[in-house]
Amino acid sequence: MAEPAGSLPSAAATPRPLLRVAELARYFDASPPFLNRLLLGGRRRALKAVDGVSFAIPRGQTLSLVGESGCGKSTVARLIVGLYRPTRGTIEFDGQDVSLLRKERDVRALRRRFQIIFQDPFASLNPRWRVRDIIAEPIRVHGLVRGRAAIRARTEELLAQVGLSAADGGKYPHEFSGGQRQRISIARALASAPEFLVCDEPTSALDVSVQAQILNLMKDLQARLGLTYLFISHNLAVVNHMSDQVGVMYLGRLCEIAEAKTLFRRPLHPYTRLLLETIPDLELSGRPRVPVAGEVPSPIDPPPGCSFHPRCPFANERCRRERPELHLHEGDLVACHAVEEGRLPAVEAQSPSEPLTTRSEA
Amino acid sequence: MTVPSNRPPLLQLEHLRVEFPSRHGTLTAVDDVSLEIAEGEVLGVVGESGAGKSITGAAIIGLIEPPGRIAGGRVLFEGERIDDLPYEKLRRIRGKRIGTIFQDPLTSLNPLYSIGRQLIETILTHTSLSPREARQRAIDLLSEVGIPSPAQRIDHYPHQFSGGMRQRVVIALALCANPRLVIADEPTTALDVSIQAQIIAVLKKLCREHGTAVMLITHDMGVIAETADRVAVMYAGRVVEVGPLREVVKHPRHPYTVGLMGSIPTLRGSRARLAQIDGSMPRLNRIPPGCAFHPRCPRAFERCEHERPELINDGPSWTSCWLYAPLARTGSDG
Repeated sequence: MAEPAGSLPSAAATPRPLLRVAELARYFDASPPFLNRLLLGGRRRALKAVDGVSFAIPRGQTLSLVGESGCGKSTVARLIVGLYRPTRGTIEFDGQDVSLLRKERDVRALRRRFQIIFQDPFASLNPRWRVRDIIAEPIRVHGLVRGRAAIRARTEELLAQVGLSAADGGKYPHEFSGGQRQRISIARALASAPEFLVCDEPTSALDVSVQAQILNLMKDLQARLGLTYLFISHNLAVVNHMSDQVGVMYLGRLCEIAEAKTLFRRPLHPYTRLLLETIPDLELSGRPRVPVAGEVPSPIDPPPGCSFHPRCPFANERCRRERPELHLHEGDLVACHAVEEGRLPAVEAQSPSEPLTTRSEA
Repeated sequence: MTVPSNRPPLLQLEHLRVEFPSRHGTLTAVDDVSLEIAEGEVLGVVGESGAGKSITGAAIIGLIEPPGRIAGGRVLFEGERIDDLPYEKLRRIRGKRIGTIFQDPLTSLNPLYSIGRQLIETILTHTSLSPREARQRAIDLLSEVGIPSPAQRIDHYPHQFSGGMRQRVVIALALCANPRLVIADEPTTALDVSIQAQIIAVLKKLCREHGTAVMLITHDMGVIAETADRVAVMYAGRVVEVGPLREVVKHPRHPYTVGLMGSIPTLRGSRARLAQIDGSMPRLNRIPPGCAFHPRCPRAFERCEHERPELINDGPSWTSCWLYAPLARTGSDG
């Protein structure tokens, strides 16, 4: 692929992505209290939950962010839907910079077009409202349909869309199982007829057979309604199933972003390889798994240089000193000195039927 | 009926039944479960929420919260009945001969005592070591579970450890009296994927070295596939299939196991639709008659609706499904 280095492959593929974020960052204040700073001389400290993340999602596609707890993936989700204000960086939705909107009316009009589904279907539905009212709220807020009967008809249509019956509208959330509640969350998200859904670990709280139902439903809805998804998950197998593109996050930064099929066939970044290595082997191929030592460091005090270097088997002096930026490598973006310098052992070419292994040098 | 394995059984559950009386009648959380665990064997117990797998584990060590109670069946440990022992006697078995690991390491550790004190106390209770030897043993155990510089870390408190390190401490605590059996209830569920792999590796290594049998209770088929020798699949309080790991994973027999395996997204699977089992696990007060799975089963026939299947032998596996009954086979060809 002949692309100028530094541009996103996805951005080059389509003229205008539905969502583009550039250099997005969000810091949280983690300083000791004012008096402690004054008396004990503590300094202000910032927790860099998200520190310079850029990606773009073409219309109708799914980009997934994957990583372990504390990597900032949920913060990105919240920044995009406006639950947090970014410390720096821009969010562009359909060519419009979201932060430049000043008028309440414009913000609201834009808000209608993107919605979020949360992880915990027990916490995200008001227990004292009937399901019908929960789903109708976005319709009323945005004034999409007028009149009692019309709203009722629309909620029933939405319920049917997510596989629930019209009679379920009269019940309360506690009468449903986790999977059904997640269907209600999806129906509510769809009520304002959005183009874009942020899905923050939508199936992590569910059993596997129910997870399969929800994932299938989300794929069906995407095909039928032409939705665009930002999908957040820690489960690589789920991500592989859902995504067109995958971004791997570690300590607030993207360390690799690639087409899903390339990423899983040929992971570049050592952290991506580690994550792939941790997926349990259901094929029982007897592939030896070498658990990688170490844990995710505290984001308050990330290691200097490449933040992954303390756990990386390929780290050298440069990695400890200099922070790698995303650069284009064989069509994918990866932030790793070892990849750039070509000193990383190649992952053996794999056909999809072979076990995924990453071999370190003998 | 119990399911035989080729080694002498360490733990036997015979027709175990656990009931919880409630306002809406008696709920049967575990219904006629018979299982065996051999010396040094890892038995994976897998199922979705509400399948009764954790209650089965709790019943073995007498930790069913009242008003719940063991309403029938027997629990035999090393050939000796333990479900009817008085509290004090059972307490001695628990910890010494049966260790436990729970999902959340913070609930298993006392936040007010250093981990060393908790380990040493347990060692002193269950062994005849002197306090000094007990401390040395605690340090050895911490180093075995992979805690760096154990001689210093032993005096630290639980909050000074990360989640993965805490779970290592809990494993050390479970193993400190050299138990014959460890009941591990979702030991890796609260951990990140990379830490999960580390903990599974530690648990596997230690149990192999000490010859400890493990009852590994989890909802995660991946963890089972990495660890277990045999697998029991539970659904609505009953065992629906039990067999060697490879048989259950590669050639599942019960339609529920087939659906469960198909619904797990994999890296190599096609990216089309996942196999899905419609509906969800029935609530305990609404367990269907006959085979509890029949309303969701794609292959259910008339007999399934009113007659409950018992475990039927099929090759190396056992499954409770009428498809495998000799009568049904003439019609449907297995």
